Amino acid sequence: MKIPALMVVLLTGGLLIYAAGDFPQWADPSAPAHQHVSPYYLENGAAQTGAPNIVTAVLADYRGYDTMFETAVIFSAGVVCFLLLRVSQREDRRELTYRHRIVGMTIRVTAGLDSPPVLEEFERLDRHWTPQDLIIRNGCRLLIPFIQLFALYVIAHGHHSPGGGFQGGVILGASFILLAISFDLRTALERMQEKVHGILGPVGVLIYAGTGALCLLLGSNFLDYGALAPLIGGDKVMARSHGILIVEIGVGIGVMATMIWIYNNVSSRGRYEEGL
Amino acid sequence: MSDLISGITAHYNYWIYVILMMIGLYAMIAKNNLVKKIIGMNVFQTAIILFYVSIGAKKGATIPIIHHGHGDAGASSIVQAMDYINPLPHVLMLTAIVVSVSTLGVALALGIRLYDRYETLEEDEILARLREK
Repeated sequence: MKIPALMVVLLTGGLLIYAAGDFPQWADPSAPAHQHVSPYYLENGAAQTGAPNIVTAVLADYRGYDTMFETAVIFSAGVVCFLLLRVSQREDRRELTYRHRIVGMTIRVTAGLDSPPVLEEFERLDRHWTPQDLIIRNGCRLLIPFIQLFALYVIAHGHHSPGGGFQGGVILGASFILLAISFDLRTALERMQEKVHGILGPVGVLIYAGTGALCLLLGSNFLDYGALAPLIGGDKVMARSHGILIVEIGVGIGVMATMIWIYNNVSSRGRYEEGL
Repeated sequence: MSDLISGITAHYNYWIYVILMMIGLYAMIAKNNLVKKIIGMNVFQTAIILFYVSIGAKKGATIPIIHHGHGDAGASSIVQAMDYINPLPHVLMLTAIVVSVSTLGVALALGIRLYDRYETLEEDEILARLREK
């Protein structure tokens, strides 16, 4: 198996490297990729959409359909992880371990596991992984609010600086994943319950598609944000700029919820009891 | 000789992506462990992303954020496409990166399900277990 695979790979690679000789030189301004729509976007994008960051303008306005379905693809990946992994039965729960918060003594509970007791002075421990490190916990506790603030900045400032819904949503989701890693999955689930991120995923996609449908209702094309001008106020360019922002917020919510959803399911094998 | 050197310096970035892509493709075809196959898939995706981003480069150009000042003075100036790199590959790869994370999640979820059923992630052992039945 290895030798035929190596031969196939080397043949493909050799053909591609041979073909690369005809490619335009690196960073050549007259390369074909720079000739067709790209100059139009660069020269008219800021004036037509009010977003000086052309990547944002193309992403959410000129290529709005593409981005809408990319968001739907990400959401469906979250749904697939949920459908493949999520189980509700707790058949492998034979004992639970608790630690006293003050004296650090651990106890094992082996009876009455269907409704485990919740005690103020005890905290539940994972069976395999019990993070106790004070520095990691407090370091992450200090960092996470700033990470989330930065994520909101990246989403909201996507018009004028590198950023937008995808990047900000991933940073926001990563802050919750950091919480789940540095504490444990249950702590993260207390902050963001399964129900909440399960609802926020489709809400993100719905904000995007709903904005498009609203443009349709106002007598314009799907995702043509200029039609929102009577609702938002201002001229068509401002309406496009605000439409991009609304759509980016939808993308950010959807991506954040999906990242958390995938992480929770994959790390706990769908049981939502113990994380990594 | 100088032709050869200029040919190498103008195209060696493509060769790097092709080599990265071949590493990923080889891992996907030849490796026996499913996690290694998933890693190979991600290496492959990274090569494609690097290839697209390098297509967007232009000599002497800056990032595609139009230089703008406050008020009318900045907004009304004429934009030259030569001064900014191509935004289109960046847009395409922006979504592709997040989609690659999602496909990684789905692949890992499938791997977990396979491990639950066959208690191994080695491809030949899974195939042997399938033939037994």
